[in-house]
Amino acid sequence: MAEKISITLNINARDYAISVEPRRTLADAVRDDCGLTGTHLGCEHGVCGACTVIVDGKPVRSCLMFAVQADGRPIRTVEGLARGDVLHPLQKVFWENHGLQCGFCTPGFLMLAAGALEAKPDMTEAEIRDVLSSNLCRCTGYQNIIKAVSAAAVEMRTCQPSENC
Amino acid sequence: MSWIGRSLPRYEDPSLLMGRGTYVADLARNTASVKFVRSPVAAGRIVGMELPDGELVFTAADLVDVKPIRPILHRPDYIAVDQPILARDRVMFCGQALAMVVADDQGLAEDLAEQVFADVEADDAIVNFADALADGAGAVHAHAPGNVLVEGKMRSAGLDDAFAIAAEIVSLELRSGRQSAMPLEGRGGVARYDAVSGRVTLYASVQMPHMLRTGIADTLGMPEADLRVIAPDVGGGFGQKMSLFPEYVALVWLARHLKRDLSWIEDRRENFLASAHSRDQAFSVKGAFSKDGILLGIDADLKSNVGAFSCYPVTCGVEPLMALAELPGPYKVKEYGARSRGVTTNTCMMAPYRGVARPMLTLTMERMMDVAAKRLRLDPVEIRRRNLIDTFPHRSPTGLVYDEGSYQEAMEVAVNTLDVPAFRERQAAARAAGRYLGIGFSVFSERTGYGTPAYAARGMGIVPGYEIVTCAMDPSGSVEVRIGSSPHGQGLKTALAQLIADELGIAPSKIKIISGDTDATPYGWGTFASRSMVIAGGASKLAAGKVAVRLRSIAATMMDAKPEDIELEDDLARVIGTNQSLPIPDVARAAYHQSHRFPDAGPGLQDQAIYDPAGTFSNACHACIVEVDIETGGVVIERFVVAEDAGILINPMIVDGQIHGGVAQGVANALYEELIYDETGNLLTASLADYLPPTIAEMPNIEIEHLVTLSDATITKAKGVGEGGTIGAPAAIINAICDALAPFGVEIFEIPATPQRIRDLIRASERNDHG
Repeated sequence: MAEKISITLNINARDYAISVEPRRTLADAVRDDCGLTGTHLGCEHGVCGACTVIVDGKPVRSCLMFAVQADGRPIRTVEGLARGDVLHPLQKVFWENHGLQCGFCTPGFLMLAAGALEAKPDMTEAEIRDVLSSNLCRCTGYQNIIKAVSAAAVEMRTCQPSENC
Repeated sequence: MSWIGRSLPRYEDPSLLMGRGTYVADLARNTASVKFVRSPVAAGRIVGMELPDGELVFTAADLVDVKPIRPILHRPDYIAVDQPILARDRVMFCGQALAMVVADDQGLAEDLAEQVFADVEADDAIVNFADALADGAGAVHAHAPGNVLVEGKMRSAGLDDAFAIAAEIVSLELRSGRQSAMPLEGRGGVARYDAVSGRVTLYASVQMPHMLRTGIADTLGMPEADLRVIAPDVGGGFGQKMSLFPEYVALVWLARHLKRDLSWIEDRRENFLASAHSRDQAFSVKGAFSKDGILLGIDADLKSNVGAFSCYPVTCGVEPLMALAELPGPYKVKEYGARSRGVTTNTCMMAPYRGVARPMLTLTMERMMDVAAKRLRLDPVEIRRRNLIDTFPHRSPTGLVYDEGSYQEAMEVAVNTLDVPAFRERQAAARAAGRYLGIGFSVFSERTGYGTPAYAARGMGIVPGYEIVTCAMDPSGSVEVRIGSSPHGQGLKTALAQLIADELGIAPSKIKIISGDTDATPYGWGTFASRSMVIAGGASKLAAGKVAVRLRSIAATMMDAKPEDIELEDDLARVIGTNQSLPIPDVARAAYHQSHRFPDAGPGLQDQAIYDPAGTFSNACHACIVEVDIETGGVVIERFVVAEDAGILINPMIVDGQIHGGVAQGVANALYEELIYDETGNLLTASLADYLPPTIAEMPNIEIEHLVTLSDATITKAKGVGEGGTIGAPAAIINAICDALAPFGVEIFEIPATPQRIRDLIRASERNDHG
């Protein structure tokens, strides 16, 4: 076993001081060392996108990044979307539009969409489709995911900062 | 006002959306990790194993007291085979577990697994039908020398006459590639050992928790009471998580042997190699048609590659025997003969996957209709009109009884939605401009919600089918309903709450559905085969109905009225036609705390019911428009219409979601996904870089039209709807591609119709033209 390295992961504005092997992925560190199990692992080779989190404002595959690479950088996971029990607009529209079934891919889609919409709030449906084609869902056939993210785009553009968006 | 029929947002969702779901890997913290060492070859003799010293490494030699998994069919044409928990002397497929290691975390377990060396003397692998059925072929299992594990046959008396008088005989050879159900969450288990009681609690990502408990207990020779199985949130199953896998037996054995908490969470490669596969069928079929296009008879030879073992509990008969029984589908053909074989090979075990047999048999019948129409110069819709069943109950030539449906009507709805005449004009204009558009139809029946009679008829050693549901209203007026079904993404808890709410006159938010825990639910059969809404729903309606009878009786006594004059609505027990009422929670409290006043209703408000129906057929027509790029062989689905009849929709939003997801898996079957073994039995497609599920970019918008036929075959009037999308889509898409490529005379009989296969067919047709 390689020597462990002490790092600090800043997740959802909270610091987690952990000690990890250099080979440990960000996904494993977030889940196992920090206990934030909302981030899921579907393939562990960078295709399915279930493990998507936001690092430095951009959606990334946490299974393709080492934990040590994320040392000190701001990380956001699905646990950071809602404020208490008040759902983020994306979570709300996924709920209203039946954008999830088993829910396993959902955290990845939420973080992918959140990162994309924050970077470009006025995405067209074609652009949304293009971005969301990064991730896999096995249950929904994607139709209600598109519907939900398109609705969220409208909501996130129009709602006030105090309304959790 | 009724709760049935409302698109209520799901109660399951908030926790899943906030990342607070509990999937099995989320329960693995502070457990030791188990890793399985898997065979690198498909067939061979284990000569020796080199194991690292002083580590927790186990092989078959450690499991001498553990029985193999041996699923049973009581049929003379079935040969039972044993699946060992770890391979003992021989390996049977690439990926079979040979040994297992235990370490403090997953990384260390993987390091340790790499130190295990299995010396396997490789034999020639039997991979496909040609290998397995060749004269003089070797045997995958020594006691099954022909490599056929199950063979069903039937032949009606008038079949030869039907072919003798036929004006046209259509002969087809169809082939479906091998697929994985590929739930986004793989398999996994966490076994916790309780030192005080000696019990093990196994959290597992499964569809049938009680069956898993029975299977593990039988294999390990332990009382079922010593094992609790919990299916927590499950990240999709689609059939793959029904079966008893050796890994779960091993995990419970390890927990008892080491008296430790352990976890096994498979990775995607393991899921591809060693969970369960599906499809991989070859059908040779002849259809006898009259000159008017009436289908007079079918003669079929059906083969399913069932892999190295038989899946527990449904056995390797599941694909071949369903294909045998249901090939005629929605058509009123009278004469039928078929042989259907389950062929064993050195490949991963086949198990049910959404649709089971019917995607392939629907492709077969729908290709046959289109080919026959072309030869007889009939319109493809017209030939279906002449053959679809239209009187009910309909008895198929295999003895199945179809309840009321809307086969003709659903097709007409789909045809009208796509405006076929307008499409034909557009198609002609596009062809003139060098673009190839096509339209295709697929009509099918979807047998759902079948109970013990259907499985008993198949000869299953373990006969699933019924559901037992208990319903209890507590003194506060809230309701707990315990079910044996085990939903994993279908939204069943919300839909059942809506159904029960109507029986009890309370809001669905007050109803809690408890599932997936063998300590907390009645023995049941989990969620598969589009059964849960029909069967668990039916039992829930009956159980809640019994509680409602007690509620009305107690309320009547309390208000000095007759029970038959009490209605339950809006959280009130009301005397009909008066303004007299009581809040239901007041009645519930009295039932528990003033029971001496109600000797006839008994103390408390709980009851149980059992439902075991014969089954009900949903039906649908899928229709789509595609464009084929003749240069690349790529296919774009422009429109996709589903005209579906699943009876009454309890929650239309959930039903539409099932159809969307089902169609996506059908699109995958038609165009993209294929597990490919090389000739040595090595899996070439064990990653998502090689195995290609559709993304959002490949999926069309799906237009759904609902028809509602009320059938007495289901007491809720709801039919199953879980599999139809997957069953119907491949045939509609392939028929549309063939229509698009009609100028080239291309006919497709193999799926997935990948760009390469489509280009090959176009090239072959061009060669024929010029040669």
